Amino acid sequence: MLKRAGPVTHKNNKVMIMSVNALYDYKFEPRDKVENFNGMQLVYVQWAGHLMFCAPFALLVKPDMSFRALIDDVLKPAVAAHPQSVKADFLEAQWELNGESFTPNADASLVDNGIDHKSMLVVTTPGLDGMFNTGY
Amino acid sequence: MAVKNKKLNLKDKYQYLTRDMAWEPTYQKKEDIYPDESFEGIKIVDWSQWEDPFRLTMDAYWKYQAEKEKKLYAIFDAFAQNNGHQNITDARYVNALKLFLTGVSPLEHAAFQGYSKVGRQFSGAGARVACQMQAIDELRHSQTQQHAMSHYNKHFNGLHDAAHMHDRVWFLSVPKSFFDDARTAGPFEFLTAISFSFEYVLTNLLFVPFMSGAAYNNDMATVTFGFSAQSDEARHMTLGLEVIKFILEQHEDNVPIVQRWIDKWFWRGFRLLSLVSMMMDYMLPKKVMSWAEAWEVYYEQNGGALFKDLERYGIRPPKYEDVANEAKHHLSHQLWTTFYQYSQATNFHTWIPTEEEMDWMSEKYPDTFDKYYRPRYEFLAKEHAEGRRYYNNTLPQLCQVCQVPTLFTEKGDATKLSHRQIEHEGERYHFCSEACCDIFKDEPEKYVQAWLPVHQIYQGNCEGGDVETVVQNYYHINIGEDNFEYVGSPDHKRWQFIKGMAPQQKGDDQAEKTVQKPNAA
Repeated sequence: MLKRAGPVTHKNNKVMIMSVNALYDYKFEPRDKVENFNGMQLVYVQWAGHLMFCAPFALLVKPDMSFRALIDDVLKPAVAAHPQSVKADFLEAQWELNGESFTPNADASLVDNGIDHKSMLVVTTPGLDGMFNTGY
Repeated sequence: MAVKNKKLNLKDKYQYLTRDMAWEPTYQKKEDIYPDESFEGIKIVDWSQWEDPFRLTMDAYWKYQAEKEKKLYAIFDAFAQNNGHQNITDARYVNALKLFLTGVSPLEHAAFQGYSKVGRQFSGAGARVACQMQAIDELRHSQTQQHAMSHYNKHFNGLHDAAHMHDRVWFLSVPKSFFDDARTAGPFEFLTAISFSFEYVLTNLLFVPFMSGAAYNNDMATVTFGFSAQSDEARHMTLGLEVIKFILEQHEDNVPIVQRWIDKWFWRGFRLLSLVSMMMDYMLPKKVMSWAEAWEVYYEQNGGALFKDLERYGIRPPKYEDVANEAKHHLSHQLWTTFYQYSQATNFHTWIPTEEEMDWMSEKYPDTFDKYYRPRYEFLAKEHAEGRRYYNNTLPQLCQVCQVPTLFTEKGDATKLSHRQIEHEGERYHFCSEACCDIFKDEPEKYVQAWLPVHQIYQGNCEGGDVETVVQNYYHINIGEDNFEYVGSPDHKRWQFIKGMAPQQKGDDQAEKTVQKPNAA
C-alpha cells in the first residue's frame, strides 16, 4: 500500500499544489491535451460586461487561424444576438490573454500571437459595457 | 438449559447482530481484511466507541420498509388510475421532475453503490451495518422515485431515458461528477462528503423544496414518495452527524483532514444545489419559498448552529461560506438565464417567468431582482415576441472541478464573471471560483482527467460535431419535443388540451403521447 506521510508540495506556476492521497501510484493523463483535438485547439473568449452570454465561449479553432479570422468568422457570429455587437470593433478593443494585457496582431496566427491551447481571452470594448447598466 | 427470556429486546438483538460480524481475525491481519481503512490518514483508536444512533435490526428494518412500500405503491396506482397528472398546477411543473429524474434519482443509485462499497471497508461492525442499511435505503429511493415519476413519462416529454442522459448530457455531468468524486475517495472522505456534508448539512435544501414543491403543485405521487423517504432521511442525517463526531473524537490528527473535506464538500454541494435554486424559484408554478429564504433557514441558521456545536472539536465553518451566503441573492437567476439560453440542449423546457412570478421575485429579492434580472427577462421576452427567441449557439466554458459553466459572478459585483485559471504541469485549467480552484490544487491528479462534456464534443467523442447531432443521437433528447422553449412546445399544447383551452393536436391521441417511450423505470 502506498502511503504518504504528509502532503507533497511543489511549486508550480507559483501556486502550491498538493497531491492526491491514494492506495496506489495515482497518475493519469490530462484528458484535454491538445493532441486529443485532432489538429485543432481550444480557446476561450469572454466579452467583458456582456453577461447575455452566460459564460466565456469555448471555441474549437485551428492553431494557424489568424486572429482576424477568429474575430470575423468565430467571435462575431457567436455574439450576433447582442444588440451591441453591431457596434463592437473587436480589433480596436482592449484584450487580455491569460490574465495579462495583450495587443493582438490581427494578421498573425493564434499560435504566433501566443494564444496556445486552452488560452483565455477577455475583450473589453470601451463605450460598450452591456445593457441596463448591469453588464448584460 | 431453560431460557428465561426467549424474546430479545432491540438492544440485545443489535448486539448479537453486530457481534457476529465483529470477530477478531486469527489467520489474517486486520489491515489485510480492511485495506482501505488507513490510507486517508484518519486514525481510529477504538471502534467500540461507535454509537449507532438507531440500533435498527434487519428484521425490524424489513418489516417497517415493507409497510411503507405497500402504502406507497397503493397511492401510485391510485394516482395513475385517476390521471393524477391532470391535477397538477401547470405542466411547467413537470420540468422540475425531468430535472429530478435525470439529475437526482441516479445519484440515489450512486449513493447505493457508494454505501455498499464503504460498508465493506470499515473494521468497525457498527459502521459497516449502518452503511449497508443506508445502501438499501438509497436503492429503494432510486427505484421508488423512478416509479413515482414513470406515470408522467406517459404524458409528457423528456422523461424517457434518465439513466442514459445522466451519463452523457452536459449539465448532468455536474451531479454525476459530484458523486464520482465522492465514490472514488476513501471511505472516510466518502462519509464526510455524503453522510455529513450532503445528507446532514445540505440535504434539506434538496428535499424540502422538492417535496414541498410537489405538495404545493398537487403532485401526489412525488409527495408520497417524499413521505416514504422521510424517516430514512432522518436516519441518514443522524448517521452523518454521528460519523463526523466519531472521527473527530478518535484522534486530534483527524481534525485538519476532516476540515479540508468539509471545505471541499460544502462547496461541491453548494455548486450542485445551484440546480435546485433555479428549480425552486423558476420551475415551480406555485412557489414554496425562495432559494434565498431556504438558504437562510437551512444553511445559515441550521448550519450556523451546527458549526458552533462542532467548534469544540476545532472545526470552523466551511471556507468560502461567505461567498455562498452572498450568492443566495443571485444564484437562481443566473442559473435560469443560463438554461434559458441553452434550452436547445436540455431534456426540459425553459420560459420567461410570468408577470406575477416576476413580482414575487422582486419581493423575495428586493436588492437584486429589479436591478439586475427583471430587465433581462423583459428584454428576452421582447426578443421572443419579435421572433428572435434567444438561444446561445456557442458552447460555454466549463469549470474543471464542478463542471458548471463558468457563469457565476464575483462576490460583491454581479456584473463581473468569476473566473480563475492556473497552469499545472504544462496544461491550462479554468475554474468558476477560488473555491473550485482550491479543490483542484489539493488533488490535481483527480481533476486533470475530468470528462468535460464541452471538450468531449470538441474531441469528437459524442457521435457528432454539431450540437443537433449530439443532442439527438448521443444524448437521446428528441429535438422539438423534449428541448427548446416551453411556450408552444408539445407539452404546452397537450396541457392546454387537457385543461380545455385548446383543440386536440393532430395525431395526439386523447392528449396522450402517441408513441409509448421506454418507461423511465
